[in-house]
Amino acid sequence: MASYSTNEFRSGLKVLLDGDPCVILENEFVKPGKGQAFNRVKLRNLMSNRVWERTFKSGESLEAADVMDQDMEYLYTDGEFWHFMLTDGSFEQYPADAKAVGDTVKWLKEQDVYTVTLYNGAPLSVSPPNFVELEVVDTDPGMKGDTAQGGSKPATLSTGAVVNVPLFITIGEVLKVDTRSGEYVSRVKSS
Amino acid sequence: MSRAFEWQPSASPGALKSRADQLAWVRGFFAQRGVLEVETPVLGRHGVTDPNLDGISANTAAVAGGVAGGWLQTSPEYHMKRLLAAGSGPIFQVSRVFRDGERGRRHNPEFSMLEWYRPGFTDSDLMAEVGDLVCGWLGCAQPGVLAYRDAFRRYAGLDPFLASDRELARRCEAWLEPEQAMTLGRDGCLDLLMSYLVEPALADYGPVFVTGYPESQAALAKVSEHDGTRQAHRFELYVQGIELCNGYWELTDPAEQRRRFAVDNQIRRRSGKPEMAIDAAFLGALEAGIPECSGVALGLDRLLMLKLETSDIADVIAFPVERA
Repeated sequence: MASYSTNEFRSGLKVLLDGDPCVILENEFVKPGKGQAFNRVKLRNLMSNRVWERTFKSGESLEAADVMDQDMEYLYTDGEFWHFMLTDGSFEQYPADAKAVGDTVKWLKEQDVYTVTLYNGAPLSVSPPNFVELEVVDTDPGMKGDTAQGGSKPATLSTGAVVNVPLFITIGEVLKVDTRSGEYVSRVKSS
Repeated sequence: MSRAFEWQPSASPGALKSRADQLAWVRGFFAQRGVLEVETPVLGRHGVTDPNLDGISANTAAVAGGVAGGWLQTSPEYHMKRLLAAGSGPIFQVSRVFRDGERGRRHNPEFSMLEWYRPGFTDSDLMAEVGDLVCGWLGCAQPGVLAYRDAFRRYAGLDPFLASDRELARRCEAWLEPEQAMTLGRDGCLDLLMSYLVEPALADYGPVFVTGYPESQAALAKVSEHDGTRQAHRFELYVQGIELCNGYWELTDPAEQRRRFAVDNQIRRRSGKPEMAIDAAFLGALEAGIPECSGVALGLDRLLMLKLETSDIADVIAFPVERA
């Protein structure tokens, strides 16, 4: 596997640190006077999701991590694994475990496309698109005439996610939800 | 993924105007004080031996009986000292200098340096002149003075002259793996603590000179006994925690200079860096005799960053290395 020297460090680079795959978030070059140069680096450990800060002497290098982001369609779950399929026409399937799927489980809808991060060829994490469209399966009855008041109530979506929605939303409607904030965005017009 | 090549300058038209104003101001400052402007080679036959500076080598043809190859200079120091030996009197130069691999919010591999030499000046005399220049341009109060030793005692919690190598390495383990810290050596540890603890603390000061560096941290400065320790006559000016210039009461002894070059090359060898040929013309000038003098090098890009209150050097350079 290739390795990267400190002067190749940039945000987004995937490297191995203490045996774990990490992504570089920030890289600051510091050098006092005529002294030793250092790279002060912030990395996210892709296994634990923790952010690490590490310092390297300029010129040191880190091994590249075999980490790749791939678009994959979510197929189904067998209770233990969540199965995804490459959208590149190869129909290649990858089982992701609960740790890899993490919180994304509440946004998983069959046939939607997700970003699956592979580490050494196996799913390491699954990220949802920024917006998903999901059906309301349970919420209190709608109250007409309350649209201007801006009140809200919880609604349960088909995936099990619970989001706060305006009072006029009813069961069976499809909603657009922002997965980053977990917030309701709008109703989706049924076609 | 390919990044689009950007043709536009990264500095605004206003910043470029200020850059020109700054240059005119600097020239006016020295004209008034009778300091001669000089120009020396950007492409020199030799690079520096300093273990922490990497020059950029150039492929040149051997012309007129010379040798092939050369170095983009990391500072005009050696050539300017040859002019001093030739009796130039006080001189200044604004030049482009090069340091390979240095890029960050305060670094670009090619940058503008203002360097000047004052025969007959001690380091304190020159510090006063640096204060006049910097504070005249920035409109700040004259800099205070903080001893390197006191700065470390106060902000790193140790004495940089008396702490053991082990103690220094331990302190650095807050940021480095123990094995890494062990390989840094005494000066590497001091450099790390300077960057991580002292410099940020200096951000709360007005302009301040740091003085009295350990002997090992000043390749070209005179050294004297002070408080029972050997301290180099080196000073650095920090403004808002930004290191702006580095000055020496210059070493004029050729034998001592030769010895320090050899030590530099030893360090280079140990750290796997190429050894650098020693500049015989520079040593020749020292042997012929350069006047007792002080000299200082100041980063003009950083001076402009302070003037324009920006923390990114790309805001003051038309085309930093990615756009060059």
